[in-house]
Amino acid sequence: MSRREAPVVERPELRPTEVTRGELEDLLYEEAYLLDEWRMEDWLELWEDDAEYVIPTNDNPHADPDNDLMYVNHDYRLLKGLVVRLMSVHAHREYPWSKTRHFVSNVRVFGEDEDGVVHGDAAFMVWRFRQQDRDCYVGRYDLRARRVDGRLKLVGKWIMLDAWTLAPYGAVSIIL
Amino acid sequence: MDIADLIVERESEGFFAYHRSALTSEEIHRAEIERIFNHSWLYVGHESEVPRRGDFVRRTVATRPLFFSRSQTTGDVKVFYNSCTHRGATICRRDRGNQKTFQCFYHAWTFDTDGALIGVPDEECYGPLFDKSKFGLVEVPRMESYRGLIFASYDPNIEDLTDYLAGAREYIDAMMDAAEVAADFAAGANGNGDGDGAGGPALQVLRGTHQYGIKANWKLLVENSFDGYHLGPTHATYFQFLKDQKVDVSPSTGSMKLLGNGHAVIEYTGSWGRPIARWASQFGDASRPQLDALRERIVSELGETGYRMAELNRNLFIYPNLFVMDNNATALRVIEPTSVGYMDVAQHELAPRIEDPTVRKVRLESYVTFAGPGGLATPDDVEALESCQQGARSGVEWSNLSRGYFSEEPPMSGELQMRVFWRRWQQQLLAAEAIPA
Repeated sequence: MSRREAPVVERPELRPTEVTRGELEDLLYEEAYLLDEWRMEDWLELWEDDAEYVIPTNDNPHADPDNDLMYVNHDYRLLKGLVVRLMSVHAHREYPWSKTRHFVSNVRVFGEDEDGVVHGDAAFMVWRFRQQDRDCYVGRYDLRARRVDGRLKLVGKWIMLDAWTLAPYGAVSIIL
Repeated sequence: MDIADLIVERESEGFFAYHRSALTSEEIHRAEIERIFNHSWLYVGHESEVPRRGDFVRRTVATRPLFFSRSQTTGDVKVFYNSCTHRGATICRRDRGNQKTFQCFYHAWTFDTDGALIGVPDEECYGPLFDKSKFGLVEVPRMESYRGLIFASYDPNIEDLTDYLAGAREYIDAMMDAAEVAADFAAGANGNGDGDGAGGPALQVLRGTHQYGIKANWKLLVENSFDGYHLGPTHATYFQFLKDQKVDVSPSTGSMKLLGNGHAVIEYTGSWGRPIARWASQFGDASRPQLDALRERIVSELGETGYRMAELNRNLFIYPNLFVMDNNATALRVIEPTSVGYMDVAQHELAPRIEDPTVRKVRLESYVTFAGPGGLATPDDVEALESCQQGARSGVEWSNLSRGYFSEEPPMSGELQMRVFWRRWQQQLLAAEAIPA
């Protein structure tokens, strides 16, 4: 029996891309900054309309979102809903807001698919401090991005958590 | 404080309160494990999680490590303590998988899927009287399954599961019957002909588990999970989301019914959609024909019950720690009393074993937008419970559960179901014999 709990990610056939690792890093650093500053509307601007923001469960990292239970499986409409929630004083889990710090590293660019969407990945660590909580979410991003008018924008972000369960955290109430 | 003094009730005044040491006392927590959890039927897992012979799933149930597996020889499901009979190491070291045998890694004692000890290295060293048949894996004292739901009990003398479930059975049956119609309907719509949906429980557990922890006493989540009163204030952002999706958000109304043995259900209207089977605008137009047709089919086959299953939402409590949440979607919520101030929660989503892809899609979306640790609502429940747990240490000693005391027809937003829960809790702590964990 395989030692892995799940197979590695399957990617479509990719061709070389002009998009550099530096460009993808800049996008991810900008994203991290906006999230840590709670500039959620500005963060939404980083996304394309066909956005896919997905957090599979800890026990099923390479899930099939059409059939499996996820923590989060948001298109642009739902991402907007999430931002409206997080900006509200009635998002009790995030009122007052957590202090967060998103760290991104190990960034790789694999190439682009036939639609010109760039595929890459990165490692992340997100610290969250609030009241007595000191949570650290660690994992890997599977990323898709598209260059629009010379600027790279996010299309897809799969967030695969390394912890075996979400416990002891009560929730993923922030954006990872 | 004596257990008998932990609840104060004054009937003439309509007053009911419990002492908050019930949420913070280590001693009470230990007594709960020995006198409540060890004397109850406890949900372990679902038959659909082990579809093939040799499949196994590992769980912790009321602090004890267990696993269940489908026998390679009989195809029956057995629930074992996850501990080698030799020196105690856990035998099953993965959450799920498939095995021909279970081998302890420590000294390589090997057991088959029926639990029989079939291999002991250097067996002759144990002498001529050593009898392998006496050292098989130990099964939990009682195990029974009801419509796919597998329960275990650590009490060998507990009543049968069907008797224990009491009035909750009718609700489980109705939900399963509606799911059966849904599976049959989907099979027919796929051109497989009616009846092709047969085989296995009507509802199956989907892949992916919500496993999260709450820094609060487990009883606070019991209260919260059938509390119709908190919806508006706690989940304001979820209702805002629905409003933004053009869903008409009139407040839910409904009733509460006591089902015996501490079980209870709230049944209520909801403005949101239900995958079985109530379309709402948040689902988008694509799923509407499917859901309308499914609803019609369920109502025509199951009549009034079918209408309730399609239209109304239910939070069904099976004492002491299982909820069937049949609202935005259908899910099982299992509350694990890990320690006095911390619980582990596992949520499993259920779906008919055959389902139209567009309906499956809205089911999944409907569930995760509301529920689960990444949803628009559950994080705020977590916050509420952790907040209550902190407040329990403030010096304010009593929590009030008097709401709806004088109501003739218990409303879904009342607290009678919680009073009954707490009374049974107290009665068991006082009366039941301790079964040490």
